Amino acid sequence: MATLEIHDLHVSVEAEAGPREILKGVDLTVKQGETHAIMGPNGSGKSTLAYSLAGHPKYTITGGAVTLDGEDVLEMSVDERARAGVFLAMQYPVEVPGVSVSNFLRTSATAIRGEAPKLRTWVKEVKETMQRLHMDPSFAERNVNEGFSGGEKKRHEILQLELLKPKIAILDETDSGLDVDALRIVSEGVNRVRETGEVGTLLITHYTRILRYIKPDFVHVFANGRIAESGGPELADKLEAEGYEAYVKGGVSA
Amino acid sequence: MAEAQNSPEDLRRTTVQGGPPPAGSTTAGSIAVAAESTVATRMSAPPSFDVADFPVPHGREEEWRFTPLERLRGLHDGTAVANGAGVKVAFDAPDGVTVEAVGRDDERLGTAGTPVDRVAAQAYSSFEQASVVTVPKEAVLTEPIRIAVHGEGGTAFAHQVIELGAFAEAVVVIDHTGDAVLAANVDFVLGDGAKLTVVTVQDWDDKAVHCSQHNALIGRDASFKSVVVTFGGDLVRLHPRVAYQGTGGEAELFGLYFTDRGQHHEHRLFVDHNTQHCKSNAVYKGALQGDDAHAVWIGDVLIQAAAEGTDTYEMNRNLVLTDGARVDSVPNLEIETGEIVGAGHASATGRFDDEQLFYLMARGIPEHEARRLVVRGFFAELVQQIGIDDVEARLIAKIEEELEASVA
Ligand SMILES: Nc1ncnc2c1ncn2[C@@H]1O[C@H](COP(=O)(O)OP(=O)(O)OP(=O)(O)O)[C@@H](O)[C@H]1O
Ligand SMILES: [Mg+2]
Repeated sequence: MATLEIHDLHVSVEAEAGPREILKGVDLTVKQGETHAIMGPNGSGKSTLAYSLAGHPKYTITGGAVTLDGEDVLEMSVDERARAGVFLAMQYPVEVPGVSVSNFLRTSATAIRGEAPKLRTWVKEVKETMQRLHMDPSFAERNVNEGFSGGEKKRHEILQLELLKPKIAILDETDSGLDVDALRIVSEGVNRVRETGEVGTLLITHYTRILRYIKPDFVHVFANGRIAESGGPELADKLEAEGYEAYVKGGVSA
Repeated sequence: MAEAQNSPEDLRRTTVQGGPPPAGSTTAGSIAVAAESTVATRMSAPPSFDVADFPVPHGREEEWRFTPLERLRGLHDGTAVANGAGVKVAFDAPDGVTVEAVGRDDERLGTAGTPVDRVAAQAYSSFEQASVVTVPKEAVLTEPIRIAVHGEGGTAFAHQVIELGAFAEAVVVIDHTGDAVLAANVDFVLGDGAKLTVVTVQDWDDKAVHCSQHNALIGRDASFKSVVVTFGGDLVRLHPRVAYQGTGGEAELFGLYFTDRGQHHEHRLFVDHNTQHCKSNAVYKGALQGDDAHAVWIGDVLIQAAAEGTDTYEMNRNLVLTDGARVDSVPNLEIETGEIVGAGHASATGRFDDEQLFYLMARGIPEHEARRLVVRGFFAELVQQIGIDDVEARLIAKIEEELEASVA
């Protein structure tokens, strides 16, 4: 069973005044089949955690360890991590001019699966997955994320999640910027992947709204660069009622 | 892609979107409505066939300010001298086409345009023999005319004329390889209703220096398509120029360059809308990589007062793959009549930015393949414009080769 283990992770970014520590010792274990919600106020370091796991060059790991089934993830390049089964649905997906969605998806699937998918079944697979996400087939011919609306970008991220079938899916605020219909459609996509039982999900969000559609097994409150509290789904209800205030204050004085 | 843009929608204004252009680059442009042409007055001397009419440039002149004169190997100051081992030129022409070697006094030479800088005038003043390729009127060629120019390590001055009779149709591929210091003028004369596609490939070895002025004179209802492909050389400086001889003429100017470490590639276009109801469309795209890779693109379009009904558009896009490369892109559209169908320009220089790379790699795509995807995508629509299979295939292979070199 695939397991992602994060142990005492410290991460800093290069700021104007020198390195600034953003993650201050994160501990978390995500197993295949589990869904962990990470909730926290703006600027608490949620995206930093997501990007650091995916290997974004902007973030420097200054301490700790991350392993996937015992393999050292931090030693891997960005593409190696993806091929090892780590998937990051980004909060702000990047536009790639000149590269069509269909070419991108096929190149990516070829890299992840280790061989080019058979053309006929592949075309069908993409078409059906797009249909379920209510994406117009014309998106296949458009350039990656170019001119996509916020909601379309998020659907495109989930399309990739469904096609690439990772072991660990990190969803960074996939819910933000979505209207209720889009939120439901996107959540259904995530749930289809979860229902296979093959994926461990790290659902990063600011709001409890998405948790009505995607039921987490665990909820973690993220504040000031670390997990401040962990619990079951009931913790989300508490956050819904009380907000992050208690954690933020603690964060500032810490 | 972070890019600086300049499009007709924002006249006289340069907007920067998503981030700054690469350091040390210009993406400036202007659309001027002028009574008198600044395109003409910007030149330090009027066009002339005589090299003596041009002062030796010092480098600050408008037409020389981007060019490293010290790398011209004397083409600009009279110290370059032709020697025997210059270039070898081989012609491969289908039946019905005439290829002649002619002397300096042949009256067909120099009819399509006049040298606009000292190097072109030097070429015109120094060549000994010219070649004239003639496609008779109404001949429609099914095979391209191929002209292979191979540098043998020496210095040469050349003049070529490609002439199409009325309603003739031809494709010409001019291929430059090897090592040479070459200054040339190439005339394309299109009779009424003729159709000419010219592909010029600059696939020189690393040390070559190549300056050439291309003059196209487009007959009534004739169409001219030029595809300029520049990969090689130490310094390549080309002047693709177009003028019209009658109404209804069309010019498409496509260009593609891949500028590597230390290379200087300069394309200076000029479209002279001197007659009414003609069209022009210029699209040049370049990728740059490596320290001191320098690409210059000048797009001058002049719509003269008489040229009512003109329809023109020009665009230059650059993709900067690594730090240390520099682009100077200057579209310049000058309009002397308001009675036109359309006129516009756009120029954009963008980086292949790390966020794109990260995004593609985060989907399992290895770095070199990610770069290749983006660069191939950048050039794809332009490559498709060429319409000659073996040239397209070679081009794609060449782009891959350049990219391999960058990863290594
Ligand atoms: N280059 C940088 N220089 C200084 N601070 C930075 C830099 N990059 C990120 N940060 C800071 O790191 C902190 C964490 O940012 P991060 O994007 O991880 O937060 P987040 O929890 O995802 O917030 P949000 O809910 O708004 O998405 C923020 O305070 C941010 O300003
Ligand atoms: Mg965030």
